[in-house]
Amino acid sequence: MADPSYPDDLKYHPEHDWARIEEDTATFGITWYAQDALGEVVFFDAPDVGAEISKDQPYTEVESVKAVSDVFAPLSGEVTAVNETLADKPETINEDPYGEGWLVKVKLSDPSEVDALMDSAEYQATLD
Amino acid sequence: MTRYTSATDADRAEMLAAIGVGSIDELFADIPPGLRLSRPLALDAGLSEQEVFEELKALAAKSTSAEDEISFLGAGMYDHYVPALIDSIILRSEFLTPYTPYQPEISQGGLQAMFEYQTAISELTGLPVSNASVYEGPSAVAAAGYVATAASKGSRFVISRGVHPHSRECLRTLAHAWGMDVVEAPLKDGVTELPALDDGVSAVIVQQPNFLGAVEDLTALAEEAKSAGALTIAACDPLPLALLKTPGECGVDIAVGEGQSLGNRLDFGGPSFGFFAATEALMRRMPGRIAGETKDVDGKRGFVLTLQTREQHIRREKATSNICTAQALNALAGVIYLSWLGRRGIVELVELMLQRTAYARDRLRNIDGVTQIHDRPVVREFAVELDAPVQRVIARCQEQGINPGYALGREYPEHENGLLVAITERRTRADIDRLADTLGAAVAAERQTVRARA
Amino acid sequence: MIAQADDTLTIYERSKDGRRAFVAPSLDVPERPLDDLLPADARRADAPRLPEVAEPEIVRHYNRLSKRNFDLDTGFYPLGSCTMKHNPKLHERVAGLPGHARVHPLQDPRYAQGALELMWRLQDALGEIAGLPHVSLQPSAGSQGELAGVLLTRALHEDRGEHRTKVLTPDTAHGTNPATVTMAGYEVVKVVSDANGNVDLDDLRAKADEDVACLMLTNPSTLGLFETGIEEIERIVHGVGATLYYDGANLNAIMGISRPGDMGFDIVHFNLHKSFTQPHGGGGPGAGPVAVSDRIEPYLPRPQVVRRESTTNGKEPFYDLDYDRPKSIGRLRGFQGNYGVFVRSYAYIRSLGAAGLREASETAVLNANYLLAKLRDAGVAQYLPAAYDRLCMHEFVLSGEPMRRELKIKTLDMAKRLLDHGVHPPTVYFPLIVEEALMVEPTETETKETLDHFAEIVADILREAGEDPEIAREAPYTTPVRRLDEAGAARHPVVRQAMSGN
Repeated sequence: MADPSYPDDLKYHPEHDWARIEEDTATFGITWYAQDALGEVVFFDAPDVGAEISKDQPYTEVESVKAVSDVFAPLSGEVTAVNETLADKPETINEDPYGEGWLVKVKLSDPSEVDALMDSAEYQATLD
Repeated sequence: MTRYTSATDADRAEMLAAIGVGSIDELFADIPPGLRLSRPLALDAGLSEQEVFEELKALAAKSTSAEDEISFLGAGMYDHYVPALIDSIILRSEFLTPYTPYQPEISQGGLQAMFEYQTAISELTGLPVSNASVYEGPSAVAAAGYVATAASKGSRFVISRGVHPHSRECLRTLAHAWGMDVVEAPLKDGVTELPALDDGVSAVIVQQPNFLGAVEDLTALAEEAKSAGALTIAACDPLPLALLKTPGECGVDIAVGEGQSLGNRLDFGGPSFGFFAATEALMRRMPGRIAGETKDVDGKRGFVLTLQTREQHIRREKATSNICTAQALNALAGVIYLSWLGRRGIVELVELMLQRTAYARDRLRNIDGVTQIHDRPVVREFAVELDAPVQRVIARCQEQGINPGYALGREYPEHENGLLVAITERRTRADIDRLADTLGAAVAAERQTVRARA
Repeated sequence: MIAQADDTLTIYERSKDGRRAFVAPSLDVPERPLDDLLPADARRADAPRLPEVAEPEIVRHYNRLSKRNFDLDTGFYPLGSCTMKHNPKLHERVAGLPGHARVHPLQDPRYAQGALELMWRLQDALGEIAGLPHVSLQPSAGSQGELAGVLLTRALHEDRGEHRTKVLTPDTAHGTNPATVTMAGYEVVKVVSDANGNVDLDDLRAKADEDVACLMLTNPSTLGLFETGIEEIERIVHGVGATLYYDGANLNAIMGISRPGDMGFDIVHFNLHKSFTQPHGGGGPGAGPVAVSDRIEPYLPRPQVVRRESTTNGKEPFYDLDYDRPKSIGRLRGFQGNYGVFVRSYAYIRSLGAAGLREASETAVLNANYLLAKLRDAGVAQYLPAAYDRLCMHEFVLSGEPMRRELKIKTLDMAKRLLDHGVHPPTVYFPLIVEEALMVEPTETETKETLDHFAEIVADILREAGEDPEIAREAPYTTPVRRLDEAGAARHPVVRQAMSGN
């Protein structure tokens, strides 16, 4: 499993989710802190492509052997893609939470919501 | 000190001193004085082991068991022969006394037995995922309904009148809490006739063979359900599945059933076990424990409870069920029994029952005053209508040492004098002939009485 | 026992085409063509692929499997919340008597008087122990008893024209409680615990309103602590018209000493596989009867076992199944319940009597407090302190947080190392509000020497961890298998034997 890291080019949500913004689309995932707390991920319950998700609301779950965690949407929008490789290798979320371990891609419905997110330093300050 | 505790006066004194209190009473200081019971419980004084044995023996003598009469009583539980090796295994301390296998390293015996049981259930039902047991048949139907509320859209269950009355009642009890409606599909000529289904139906529930003994066309029923977007749940008698097309082959989504026939005693209705098997798609919504195969750190094969995130101890209010303690020991008896029967043996057993049931049905319907309720194919149970008050006929037969079967009238008023007759491998041709004679005489006598009164 | 290389073979892997244990009785009726009796399109093409083994192989297979299990008859099993007390050996003998074991549940009540009388007497005894007069033996286990309780609550309110949507559970509740609430169609609302390990009365007051149907409580709680505020809790809950439900998992602490009915509970469930010695069987069977107050009685499941007094002089009373219950919630299961479990529990209650039951609870509480004191004396409290600095009841909870911080081993590692010492570990990671929880319930059937020995073992493991934490982290070493890959098992579940054609 990776060492703690919180890339500077990402935006962060207090419920331990990150967003990589590219104009009016974004990629979401969970942070190093979240995957570390969860332990070895065994299952990712992917939402349907086309599903509408809302900022601050849980849009899916990630499971380890002994725990289930809600995953919160940092921003609102429509799911355009889900990471299909996680069906077979959910542990990728632990190994590469910001890269191959991405969860969904979303077409943003309100890009101004980005302003409410934290940057890397702000997010790390919230951690113990 | 009783025979099960060991704290002597000396022990107690030492222990109280170590704790730092003067008396046992002080250990209960947190209980408000007003709530301390000021008198002994109003129960008789304890008895010696011998006296308890005598009392339990005396109570046993007040019931008529399957040893005391030749019984054709079925309707969900059956007097099968339970082989001796089952008790010799399940009464072993190592199977009888441990808890649920939360520490897999020291529970490989129980976990592997669960895996073997799950495999056997998958083979019988033709469905790839089985859990390690639920309580019994009727509540398993309700548990399957609960899965449907999560996995399938719709606010209605359609349940066949051919499903066991207890199962129908269990579903209604729970459906009320879920805000789901329950609609009953009637039986026509002995088998289920589904009403027109729409997308408001969450699941269709049928029984195989149905309560009146008839073999249903599960494939056709499942197709109808599927085209309406509903799940199909089939409550199955496990032994007939050795011959019948499997629920899985028929397109059924969830197969449940009563496991008592598989190596478990009658026990006045319990404990037995329920089985629960489903398609791969429903695996993560299943209730109950599931054992899975894996490896340990040395690469050695081992078994663990898996997919625990479905269960109450992890998922709590979002769990697929609240079930915790299930029926592990009874399921163990089940897999031992199925291993004892074996692949060829189970077919031979059920074919024997099939032949004897046909013989019994033939003999009974040829009795004056006895007619078949339907003439559908049956496997081990069939229903007849008597031209005489059925309760009185049964009473006469029981006085002769024959229990002829289950009176249908209470749950099926349309068959006021109906009788459900069950055949197991214990009922020989001689027993069946005796049933026919005794039943015939009883029916004749009651018709005579009715005529005399008229 | 000497391990054998083929110890992990399944019964399927021991099969060989043609082997058999069962021989069907010979066909003694005229044989009719199979197609006449069961059309080909109704039949499966291939027989189920069940094992093919003879009796000696079956016996040997399951015997060897059994030896890969640790069990209560063999060693100390202090699983908190499970009440692993001795299973008296008399019980198998009486449960096996044909007059109990081979009675059909649908037998005419006239011919089942022994069974119905036993059930009635058990109901009577349980009602006295709970302090609530009306008992149903129907529920199959504690969870089903809980479900009965919440459904009974729903029936009460609906009968009064009230519509309530919430049920309160403490944050220490066993997982079955919130799971039950959802299954019964309600929303769970959590009530927090205070610094003393009791239900926070202020939080309860804030959350108890007329939309609340019920509060589900365990007393003593899952922390092993008596709810000292129980009288105020009762006032608050009944004050808003909700029912007070007692989860009987911890009844072993108070039998003959205090009664939930007297505390004001409306509904109580019992775990016969806990306080009443039904063997756990590796995960059941059990039974979860409920006892209720007068106002809840009309809603009890159907049928009820009743005693009808004889109208004829000198005739015996008649025990019967009463189906005429128009307000009943209906059925939770088939037939009458797990009768075989009732036989054993009844034998237990008759063996102990009033004084014996009280002595059982007193000794359970004594043993738990003694073990707690012994662990403290052995220096364990520095790393595994009690979660709450109070007298416990029949069980106590330790926190492994200091152990994790200072010795670098977790509660999980302690549990796995205990396996090497031939004891079953306590319950781990429950209740959720204690960090690195370790819940210990010795029960009354253990000797003082066993408790002393356990305290020594725990102290030894801590000492060992102080020198080399790696030992516990890689434990166990001496068990039939070592730590297992549970993540792999969950990612790609293999839940049945792979066979040719699968």
